[in-house]
Amino acid sequence: MGKFKRYYDKAGDESTKEAVVYNVDPKPGPWGRRQADKRIKKNKKIVVKIPNPDPKFKGKVPIPKKLLRKHSRGKGISPKGVRTNTHQKRLEKKEKVIHFATKQAARAEVLLTEDAGFLEADAGETTTQFTQKQIAESVDITAATKSFELKLADFGPYRMKYTRNGRHLLIGGKKGHVAAFDWVTKKLHCEMNVMESVHDISWLHIETMFAVAQKEWVYIYDNQGIELHCVKRLNRVTRMEFLPYHFLLASCSDSGYLSWLDISIGQLVSQFNTNLGRLTMLSQNPWNAVLCVGHAKGVVSMWSPNSKTPLAKMLCHKAPLTALHVDPKGQFLATAASNRELKIWDVRKLSGPLQEYKLITAANNLNFSQKNMLALGMGNVVEVYRDCCMKPAKRPYLRHRFVTSVGNLNFCPYEDVLGVATATSVASLIVPGAGEANFDALEANPFQSKSQRREAEVKSLLEKIQPELITLDPTSIVEVDLPTLKDKVEAKQKLLHVKPPRINFTPRNKAKGKGGSVKVAKTKKIVKEQAKKEFIKNTKDLAPKFGSKAEKEQGVLDRFLPKKKQIIANK
Amino acid sequence: MKVKVISRNPDDYLRETKHDIHKVPRNYDPALHPFEAAREYTRAVNAVKLEKVFAKPFVGNLDGHRDGVSCISKHPNRLSILISGAYDGEIRVWDLPQKLCIREFVAHAGVVRGIAYNPSGEHFITLGDDKTIKTWKSKAPDVGEDEEPVNTVLSKTVLTGITHHISDPVFATCGEICQIWEETRNEPVKTFEWGIDSLHDIAFNPIETNILASCASDRSIILYDTRDSAPLRKVVMKLRTNKISWNPMEAFIFTGANEDYNLYTFDTRNLKQPVNIHMDHVGAVTSIDYAPTGREFVSGSYDKTVRIFETSKGHSREIYHTKRMQRLTCVQWTLDNKYILSGSDEMNIRIWKARASEKLGPLKPRERAALNYSEALKEKYATHPKVRRIARHRHVPKHIYNAQNELRTIKEKGKRKEANRRAHSKPGEVPYEPERKKHVLKEDK
Repeated sequence: MGKFKRYYDKAGDESTKEAVVYNVDPKPGPWGRRQADKRIKKNKKIVVKIPNPDPKFKGKVPIPKKLLRKHSRGKGISPKGVRTNTHQKRLEKKEKVIHFATKQAARAEVLLTEDAGFLEADAGETTTQFTQKQIAESVDITAATKSFELKLADFGPYRMKYTRNGRHLLIGGKKGHVAAFDWVTKKLHCEMNVMESVHDISWLHIETMFAVAQKEWVYIYDNQGIELHCVKRLNRVTRMEFLPYHFLLASCSDSGYLSWLDISIGQLVSQFNTNLGRLTMLSQNPWNAVLCVGHAKGVVSMWSPNSKTPLAKMLCHKAPLTALHVDPKGQFLATAASNRELKIWDVRKLSGPLQEYKLITAANNLNFSQKNMLALGMGNVVEVYRDCCMKPAKRPYLRHRFVTSVGNLNFCPYEDVLGVATATSVASLIVPGAGEANFDALEANPFQSKSQRREAEVKSLLEKIQPELITLDPTSIVEVDLPTLKDKVEAKQKLLHVKPPRINFTPRNKAKGKGGSVKVAKTKKIVKEQAKKEFIKNTKDLAPKFGSKAEKEQGVLDRFLPKKKQIIANK
Repeated sequence: MKVKVISRNPDDYLRETKHDIHKVPRNYDPALHPFEAAREYTRAVNAVKLEKVFAKPFVGNLDGHRDGVSCISKHPNRLSILISGAYDGEIRVWDLPQKLCIREFVAHAGVVRGIAYNPSGEHFITLGDDKTIKTWKSKAPDVGEDEEPVNTVLSKTVLTGITHHISDPVFATCGEICQIWEETRNEPVKTFEWGIDSLHDIAFNPIETNILASCASDRSIILYDTRDSAPLRKVVMKLRTNKISWNPMEAFIFTGANEDYNLYTFDTRNLKQPVNIHMDHVGAVTSIDYAPTGREFVSGSYDKTVRIFETSKGHSREIYHTKRMQRLTCVQWTLDNKYILSGSDEMNIRIWKARASEKLGPLKPRERAALNYSEALKEKYATHPKVRRIARHRHVPKHIYNAQNELRTIKEKGKRKEANRRAHSKPGEVPYEPERKKHVLKEDK
């Protein structure tokens, strides 16, 4: 005994446990709700220290506050404003459960196996001065294989994208060269020339399908290069983004159209003209699936498929935008303009700029990594910045120079790798500390087997989020919809007590012998009844029709209904 | 220069052989799990839809009776045995798992009015319109032997209902008067009378075992104590109560099935107003039985449906109906809390699941975990319009649907009329009367 020094050996042995004793009023009183509340207020907590019976065991390891904050979902609800005791208790119980879950999640952090990468310079050195060659030489051989360059001289400039698990890479050259491969094992899935100009490429939900925006239309290919679809509704597309949880392929076009294509059912969810001219910059906000579009007026507009007007517009620069990107957590938006400015914005509050930088040349490409490193492509130079969002970064973390200008760059998820596509090559650079070291296999798994992929596809299709839920605040679905509820109740209440209007009606005098007081009274009665009937009919129309057939929206799944029902559903 | 790059050894992430399960490393960092709320909501919608998909409550039926089933009784300590009596005086004993009739005989001339097992389950007592109380052995007679009652008692008065004491060899019958009997004697030990009206149902309290409740045709519910010489109390409702059942977990709570389409839960300590009114039936409620947990009860009605209510809720959580089921005469909740038995006019006894979408049979641990999770989701998102609509929706027969609409119109009309009256009279002239006070006329002591 006493051999090992444990975490609790530091503290003195005579530590004590806190016991809570309530000062309960022994006088029995009428136990109504109000009285109960008063008594609770009266019962102040008195904490008495009682000695710990087993001084060797000091209880559970305390959880660091930072971890608790990371896993916390907010402060929770205070039961103070809740009306009845029962509901207060219920709420307290719920909060307890949530708190317990937070603690468990924080405790589970111990079980993570991998550590994040890093690069530290010795005294007198800066990290900027290290070249890719130097880095590749000083890391282990498996990691060193991740630094490579593919010379593709003929069909550039290229664009590239990684899959969500970071295992596969898709490249597309402007002159029609499209290739998909597993970049870790360097195994080629397919390579082809589509014999048309390629404007953008995008993986779909799994690595067996990808979309290519060609000269006129968007085509969908499988991983063997077989054309599966030609989507003619997506016309002259310039940029595409795939929203994985909604199964939407979002795209912007030359003519200013934004469109969202649900690839699970092959239906266009929404397509409209933004009236903002040619759209060339597109980035999704991964936190709320809203599309951020950059414009030549220095404005960033945010779009959801549910409204034909932008959800938000931000004037970011006084010069045309050249690039924009939202970080994977959906906290920061980086924008670059042609006046060599780079700004970091807070996209949750839609405020900022948090940071402003003046670059040497205008950045044409921006990309955030999972650990919030920012890569800039400026001409033929790629610079990576670390910790540049909350505080100003003085010098780049890494810099790399290419022969030709950079066309596109992307950080690889779950790897310390930055992929760069230039006019004549596709390169993979090592950026230590860029990626998340520990992946969640149920979310994105780089080591996914075929059966796992199939299962994950089914699971993710089952929990496909409906496009109606794309809003600026993604948590709005779990909040109370007070206004609608109030309106509903009020409308119903009002309708109960509407009265027919009083009618003042005197029949006109008729010629002698044709009228008579009886006949006059009769006409009066008839007219009044008619008015009443009409009124009742109108009130019925006034009644709010919640969920009635008339208000039923035309669902995307209606086409699977038999013909007869389709017509009714559309009515 | 110090440098480290993420470099994963595939051996740590891939299974060793094909026969292993896949390795699934988890990271609960919220940043890696976006759209938490929206995904959870989608899961909740799916869960509630699946619940509807799997809702197949009808298990089977027991047919054999040649006339409408008048009463059924479950065995006090065996789940597989059920006795039923019919309008033609026939008694049948059923084996529930096999859905077989294992014994049948004619016990009474005329309708069998009640059946009750004794606490050990060795005997059962039946009574009928022929004014006899017969005790039978639970064990069937040997081949060739006739069915003979162990004991026959001729009563002086009409008999309409029977209930057995939970543990003692004492039972009570009702008819013109309430009588307490001992199994070994042929004369009632005690009789209770209050007025001259006839009683049509009686029930022993399973916890406070000396307390009895019965309902009379003068629209009242009467409470008795077997240790007392006179009835305890009486509450008079606007319409008559057809059947009574005690909550098996709370000694002071009972529920009466009323002729006015509602069920009323009373607290014996305060009979002035019911604790809860359970509405939803569109016909007179003819029978009720509590679940052994005391949290729910089942009711059968003249509107040809069975409904399940939660004790604390005013509306039913479930409705069971079939095309062929006619007016319900009796319902019972089995003692394993899993099934509901219903007897009806058209000679069948039906077996239903108590929870319509529950899977029968053993569950695998992962299956159970998934079900628990979806259960929690359904509870969390219960008030969302989409979830609630799916969860609440029941396809009901046309006659029920129309009757519901009609009742709603009538109720609205009453409300509007009262509100108008209130608006056009002096303030305070038309007081607000709570619904719970509307249905009770008076309480007598």
